[in-house]
Amino acid sequence: MVRLTRAIEFSSSLCYARPELSAEENARLFGRQASQHGHNYRLEVTLRGEPDPVTGMVIDLKHLQELLEREIMARFDHRDLNRDTDFFEKDPPTPENLGRVIERLLLAALPAGCLDRIRLQQDEDLWVDLIEPLA
Amino acid sequence: MWVTRRYRFPAAHVLAHPSFTPDENRRIYGKCANPAGHGHNYGIEVTVTGPLDPRSGRIIDPEQLDAIFERFVAARFGHRMLNADPAFAQRVPTAENLAQVIHAELAPAIERAGTARLARVRVVETRRNSFVYGEME
Repeated sequence: MVRLTRAIEFSSSLCYARPELSAEENARLFGRQASQHGHNYRLEVTLRGEPDPVTGMVIDLKHLQELLEREIMARFDHRDLNRDTDFFEKDPPTPENLGRVIERLLLAALPAGCLDRIRLQQDEDLWVDLIEPLA
Repeated sequence: MWVTRRYRFPAAHVLAHPSFTPDENRRIYGKCANPAGHGHNYGIEVTVTGPLDPRSGRIIDPEQLDAIFERFVAARFGHRMLNADPAFAQRVPTAENLAQVIHAELAPAIERAGTARLARVRVVETRRNSFVYGEME
């Protein structure tokens, strides 16, 4: 089995808020994350598989890039995670929750069994890893 | 899912075992055995895992982890001579040992703080050397 990793970077604005809470309660629960702010996210997508015996590739990186543009960049880059997507109407766009959304989008878009892991970096000092169990 | 937070602190050390002669230490540890000491900008990556709190959307509050790291690691080892710390009275302050000492300090403090548990500690001693203690998979 071979693993390959492709990275993309996107910039988004966001704030942490639960709709059932008042502004004061959100500020108490989330601190300064409750204010509008933004990040330069870096997403590393790792795929696994056997290289095609003819092409020598696990996946055509051009297709992977197109998929990442369509599924991730178009949704999140230079967008507001709260206002421009419907993923965070109830739950705050923490790295954990955004990582889960991205995992779900990629699992639905990629051929079955080929997503190995994603690493979503909010900045150089905080990131989440989601690793798919081997079938 | 694993959450990793990266910290930094500068510290000094000498790699020398107290029961070895200066010649033996020089042979084993090379320039790292210089008795006057040397130092590094340590990068410490702390990886935790655990259930996602449905309300906060977090495995751990990074600011809470920051406070734990500051109290149990940075305040103790940052801007210090590692050899002077009791943890290194009987063992050499290699990055391997530092990773294990930091893991042992952080694990109970993280467990006391909530539902997350420490998975691993990575010590980046220089841009060319890094050391991991603990498991992520």
